[in-house]
Amino acid sequence: MRLSPDEIIFWQHGFLKLNGTIVFTWGLMLLLTVGSLLITRKLSSGLKRSRWQNFLEIVVTGIAGQIEDVGLSQARKFLPFLGTLFLFVASAALCTVIPGYEPPTASLSTTAALALCVLVAVPLFGIKDQGLGGYLKSYIEPTVIMLPFNIISEISRTLALAVRLFGNMMSGSMIIAILLTITPFVFPVLMTLLGLLTGMVQAYIFSILAAVYIAAAMHVRKPGIAAQAAP
Amino acid sequence: MLIDWFTVGAQALNFLVLVWLMKRFLYQPILHAIDGREKRIAAKLADAAAKESEAKSERDKFVQKNDEFDQQRAALLTKASEEAQTERQRLFDEARQAADALSAKRQETLLGDARKLSKTISRKTREEVFAIARKVLTDLAGASLDERIGDIFIDRLRALSDEAKVVFAKALKTASGQALLRSAFELPEGQQTMIQKVINETFSAAIQVRFETAPDLVSGVELNAGGQKIAWSIADYLSALEQSVGELLQENDQPEVKPESKAKSAPEPSKSTARPQ
Repeated sequence: MRLSPDEIIFWQHGFLKLNGTIVFTWGLMLLLTVGSLLITRKLSSGLKRSRWQNFLEIVVTGIAGQIEDVGLSQARKFLPFLGTLFLFVASAALCTVIPGYEPPTASLSTTAALALCVLVAVPLFGIKDQGLGGYLKSYIEPTVIMLPFNIISEISRTLALAVRLFGNMMSGSMIIAILLTITPFVFPVLMTLLGLLTGMVQAYIFSILAAVYIAAAMHVRKPGIAAQAAP
Repeated sequence: MLIDWFTVGAQALNFLVLVWLMKRFLYQPILHAIDGREKRIAAKLADAAAKESEAKSERDKFVQKNDEFDQQRAALLTKASEEAQTERQRLFDEARQAADALSAKRQETLLGDARKLSKTISRKTREEVFAIARKVLTDLAGASLDERIGDIFIDRLRALSDEAKVVFAKALKTASGQALLRSAFELPEGQQTMIQKVINETFSAAIQVRFETAPDLVSGVELNAGGQKIAWSIADYLSALEQSVGELLQENDQPEVKPESKAKSAPEPSKSTARPQ
């Protein structure tokens, strides 16, 4: 039994390899890019527009609205990073209905990569907003004693991000695989539906937590949001 | 090992590429389209607001003009009412004057008609009265009455004034002592002789008297000589009375005549028995 699509190796040359995770990720990238290209090719700025344009507008404005709700007033600045996080994780989960497909987010390498991206993005946005000194100063607040705890917090939440997404997506695939061997008919379909829901929730949680971390780094945290941010 | 660090690096790179691709092909075009639409809507809203403002100002202008128009109309209406009232009063006065004039004219006409009618009635009455009197006296006339008339004529001759006598004597001389005596009926011989005698006595001359009968005298005696006449007859009385009544009626026809004159001109038969003609 495979725990991760990493184990599907298509090609390997020493350190370099082409496994299932990378191939499925490329497939998703291709799907998202070509889909966007096809839909945005004939965009209308008038009042009359196509259904797909409406759908994309709803998705984009919905993500932007969520980012603003977290406390990032200039949502468009964070939209490419946070929106892509959500779309990638969500599309990875939604494509589980395709037979033979395995979500790349069920690989700890992918979730770790995404978490590392968040880990890098948070200080980058923080430094861009308030300068290097200002950002580093936030680690010794309210006192210097808090410095190790803040560093541990950064690492642990990144780890939590990666493991949470990986655990949920991997478990979903695992449960379906196990159930297929026990009750091969109706029950796996229900679990697949549940898996879709779980995948959407995980996508939302992942992108919202990333937004909250960025907002915290930019000192624009809102009361309540920070409390929710705890894993 | 669950984590393959090559895969981690590759996935991180893949993710960053995907971020760029999404930004390039999804977010930018979609946000651009949304911005364009919002701009158009904003422009339309601004245009609508401008039009609304313009419409509001136009409406205010219209309301103001309407008010002014109402005021002008009210002023004109008041002026027209006053003029109409004045004109009505003028026409009313004119009509009243015309009606008064017509009424006066009609009154005058009526009065004229009444007067004419009265005149006609008076004339007819007079004529009838005299016709009746004439008829009655003609019917009553007879020899005995003529005799009485002849007596009266004799008395009158005797009572003739000196002046009348002188005038008639002259006339007799002109007529060469001839005289004509007319009577309604033939006088008896004795009375003719008596009259001849009295005439001779009165004028102290032998006067040749010729006797004639004249029915138009009604009843009476008439002595003619040289254009002068001495007479007593009912016809004379009636003629005098008729003349008097005619004069009286003529006076009544004239509105200027005072009412007192009516009493004064009451008909009265002339007592004169003889008068120069």
